[in-house]
Amino acid sequence: MKKLMLGNEAVARGAYEAGVRVATAYPGTPSTEITESIAKYDEVYCEWSPNEKVALEVAIGSAIAGGRAICSMKHVGLNVAADPLFTVSYTGVNAGLVIMVADDPGMHSSQNEQDSRMYAKAAKVPMVEPADSRECKEYVKAAFEISEKFDTPVIFRLSTRISHSQSVVEIGEREDVPLKEYKKDPEKYVMMPAMARKRHVAVESRMAALAEFSNTTPLNRIEWGSTDIGVITSGIAYQYAREAFGDVSYLKLGMIYPLPDKLIKEFSEKVKVLYVIEELEPFFEEHIRKLGIKVIGKDLLPVTGEYSANLIREKVFGKQIGGKKIEGVQVPVRPPVMCPGCPHRGMFYVLNKLKLTVSGDIGCYTLGALPPTQAMDTCICMGASIGAAHGMEKARGREFRTKTVAILGDSTFVHSGITGLIDVVYNKGNSTVIILDNSITGMTGHQHNPTTGFTIKGEPTKQVDLVKLCNAVGIDRVKVVDPFNIKEFEKTVKEEIEADEPSVIISQRPCALLKHVKFEGPHRIVIEKCRKCKMCMRIGCPAIVDMGDHIEINDALCVGCGLCSKVCNFDAIEKAGE
Amino acid sequence: MKKCNIMIVGVGGQGTLLASRIIGNVALKQNYDVKVSEVHGMSQRGGSVVTYVKIGDKVYSPIIEKGEADIIMAFEMLEALRWAEYLKEDGKLLVNEQKINPMPVIIGKEKYPENIMQMLKENYKNVISLDALKIARECKNIKAVNTVLIGLLAKVLEIDKEVWIESIKEVVPSKAVDVNLKAFEEGYSRG
Repeated sequence: MKKLMLGNEAVARGAYEAGVRVATAYPGTPSTEITESIAKYDEVYCEWSPNEKVALEVAIGSAIAGGRAICSMKHVGLNVAADPLFTVSYTGVNAGLVIMVADDPGMHSSQNEQDSRMYAKAAKVPMVEPADSRECKEYVKAAFEISEKFDTPVIFRLSTRISHSQSVVEIGEREDVPLKEYKKDPEKYVMMPAMARKRHVAVESRMAALAEFSNTTPLNRIEWGSTDIGVITSGIAYQYAREAFGDVSYLKLGMIYPLPDKLIKEFSEKVKVLYVIEELEPFFEEHIRKLGIKVIGKDLLPVTGEYSANLIREKVFGKQIGGKKIEGVQVPVRPPVMCPGCPHRGMFYVLNKLKLTVSGDIGCYTLGALPPTQAMDTCICMGASIGAAHGMEKARGREFRTKTVAILGDSTFVHSGITGLIDVVYNKGNSTVIILDNSITGMTGHQHNPTTGFTIKGEPTKQVDLVKLCNAVGIDRVKVVDPFNIKEFEKTVKEEIEADEPSVIISQRPCALLKHVKFEGPHRIVIEKCRKCKMCMRIGCPAIVDMGDHIEINDALCVGCGLCSKVCNFDAIEKAGE
Repeated sequence: MKKCNIMIVGVGGQGTLLASRIIGNVALKQNYDVKVSEVHGMSQRGGSVVTYVKIGDKVYSPIIEKGEADIIMAFEMLEALRWAEYLKEDGKLLVNEQKINPMPVIIGKEKYPENIMQMLKENYKNVISLDALKIARECKNIKAVNTVLIGLLAKVLEIDKEVWIESIKEVVPSKAVDVNLKAFEEGYSRG
């Protein structure tokens, strides 16, 4: 049966068909749907782990014990999981282990655009990369075979346009892959120095065998066309190249580390001019140059941002392409905003009013850095808010600290915020931390986490008690406040930043998009009472619009959270009639 | 329908993703190669959203580029203006006359351009517009804006109506099927 599938869904299908038993992940765009899709198959144990490092460790355990495992994350997630990655390269696996990593060229929803291929090289692990959904499914199965044949984890590289494009996939059956026998083998699985030294030697000989294999695997294929031009490429860049270059010759790489030297030499000898088309780093290009082969690549094409067929046409062939544009009209940008009814809005309103320095983090609330609130000073990586606030205090002292807070979501707090909080307590800091507990992982589209009380399959489970957890690491001042109760929230923040001990404020109100969250319906502005002070506009709600001569609430957008009526000093906002 | 590049542009939350899935499903039923590309994450929170549906015998890049779109389906007027240069010279621009102010306009830093529909009609050959929000409201579900527009597209593409209806039934969550089919009919009748 043919089906239109997202790259991520096809990866999930491939894992299912490959007889995978355990699937783990921490959600992160553009990788999230892989694990969400696997969760629909009852044959596979599946979990949202607290972070990528734990997710990989669970998958490693499964593989060593004899069950095929898949672990998924976005590119920056691999930084978090890098520690176990480098060592599982040494131990190898028993049953297959495939690590999905989704890069984000163009940074559609990421804080940097690092190239994960560097990790394959650094950790000495083979890497595979598909170019459409069909290959996503097929290559996952191939990756499991490589993993078991060479006793190695395999990294599977995706990118936004592969993960989030749908193309046609032929559905197959689930393969019956029995558990592999587990044998105690400390020489292989206990990486203390004496054993690790021997394993490093094993890793080197494995890499040599893989480099040979790379020349013969069908994952690397040549598509002959005109030999005037040859193009070496992989992944989504292959698709752009096909459109831009047309009927020339291609060496389409599916196994992108280690690279197939013999195949590259053979291909390069048969074409007149050789191009390397790859997004981000000159990873292939540098390798090919070292083989003494002349190529054209990053001297024409950028190392930043996403490629496209037109970019290649422009840079390689000097063509200017485009449609008709209406001249002389300013089209305002449309940045993402916090949704109507968003619980973070009340909090940002207060932080902005108090003019605090805000050490921020990764999540929906990162949008608080944008106008109109602009109430965020830093955002580095998952869980960095607390550590950074602690550092600010240590550098600048009490006065600065009493004007500073750290903010992060409930999921982010569990991911890697908790260690920062322990550091604050242990090293006698006084930071004020606000945990934005909206009862879900919001930005990636509503995934459960240890604070929500449900698993990835929606089954009830024990729920982390944030108050007790904070108490347990040594925080004595923990307050739970509703951010839409603005007066109380403001009072609490003022008290806590003044306190000479560390404190946590749990800003608790569920995400407005959760199904069970009901508001009373659209509000309206009573024109006669409105003094046009625009106080209501300071909360940055997309439903409140300045019409020039009056302020209006858009009833198609307003959910009726009522925050605007709480900031209005003239009682001019009320529930709209039917 | 032969080789066809369709772009769907709008504002996060308007249902553009669901619309693209319905169209992709229709193309698959017609045995074409098809690629649908969408952007998630930050963009779904009220930001500018664009989805590409490329249909043909063999599709490589999932992205439609400037001057390559046969049809642009705009869920919002400002977004129609923003993406119009992606239209082919003889391409069709389907516009929902809805206005959603972006944050820079809301806070008074920028102005929402006036007379967008007039500008579009002066500069592009084939512009069809309708007030899909009003129609959806009449169908008693303001979320059905997307299926009203799908109805309009179905008429423009001249593919058998039944294929679309079947596709909507497959893609839309079951409890919302009836209201969406009604919205589809309303859009179709205005094409």
